[in-house]
Amino acid sequence: MGNSEATEKINEIKEAGGEGLSAKLKELEDRVAKIEEKDGNLTLILMSGEFDKAMAAFIIANGALAMGKEVTIFVTFWGLDVIKKPAFSTAGRKFLEKMVLWMRPKGPDKIPTSKMNFAGIGPKLFRYMMGKKNVEKLGSLIEMAQEFGLKIIACQMSMDVMGLRKEDMIDGIEVGGVAVMLNKSYKSNSTLFI
Amino acid sequence: MAKTELDFKGMSCPMPIMKTAMAFKKAASGDIVEVVCDDPGFEPDIRAWCNETGNVLDSIEKKDKDIVATIIKK
Repeated sequence: MGNSEATEKINEIKEAGGEGLSAKLKELEDRVAKIEEKDGNLTLILMSGEFDKAMAAFIIANGALAMGKEVTIFVTFWGLDVIKKPAFSTAGRKFLEKMVLWMRPKGPDKIPTSKMNFAGIGPKLFRYMMGKKNVEKLGSLIEMAQEFGLKIIACQMSMDVMGLRKEDMIDGIEVGGVAVMLNKSYKSNSTLFI
Repeated sequence: MAKTELDFKGMSCPMPIMKTAMAFKKAASGDIVEVVCDDPGFEPDIRAWCNETGNVLDSIEKKDKDIVATIIKK
C-alpha cells in the first residue's frame, strides 16, 4: 500500500466513522426520547362497574395526576355504568337495548359494591362509612381528575352493544377503540386492568 | 419567595395530595408551602409525592395528631 493510498483509506474510514457515529447518536437520541415520553404515564382499563373497584381506579388516577403524570382511563363494558349520567332518555333505542339500559345502574351514586352488596344496602352502608371518614365521593373524584386533565375514553364497541350514546355519558369524555387504548398503553410505563 | 400555609385536616387519601398538587401548580420555583394534615397516611404519601415530583421536602414533623410538612417548589 502506497502512502497516498493509505491516507485515502484512513479518510474513508474517518468519514464513514463520523457519519456512522452521528447516525448512531441520532438513533440513540430517538430511543431515549421514546423512553422519556412515557415518563411514568399511566393507563387504566376500567372493566368493572362496581363502586369499590371504580373508587380504586379513580384514586390511583388522581394520585398519578397529582404527581404530574398523563393519565388515561379506558372504560369498557360494565365500567360504562360508572361514567353514565344519572338520568338520560332511552328514546330511539331497540327493545333489548332499552332493557339493558333499564337494568343497569346509572352513574357513580347508583353502582353496587363487588362484595357485601346485600341488594343495594351494602353500597349505602359503605358510602355512609366513607362519608364519616371524609373520603371524597366517587363523583367528585371523577370531576377532579377531569379538571386535572384525566382523559376518559369510552369503548365504542361496548357502547354500541348496550345502545349507549356519547351524550348518555358524563361530559368531557372521548370515544375510542382498542387501538386507542393500546396506543396510550404503549406510551405509558404502567397499565392496570381493573 | 412566597410562603403558603395549607390546612388539610380532616381530609383523607387522596385529597391532601391532590390539594397539595393544586397549590403547587400556582406556586413559583422556590416558593415554600407548609401543609398541615391529620391523616396518618399523609406522611409516607407526601414523602413519595416529593420523591416523584422533585419538590424538596424541607422538613416534616409531628405535632400531636398533626403532621406538618414544609415543601419547597423546585
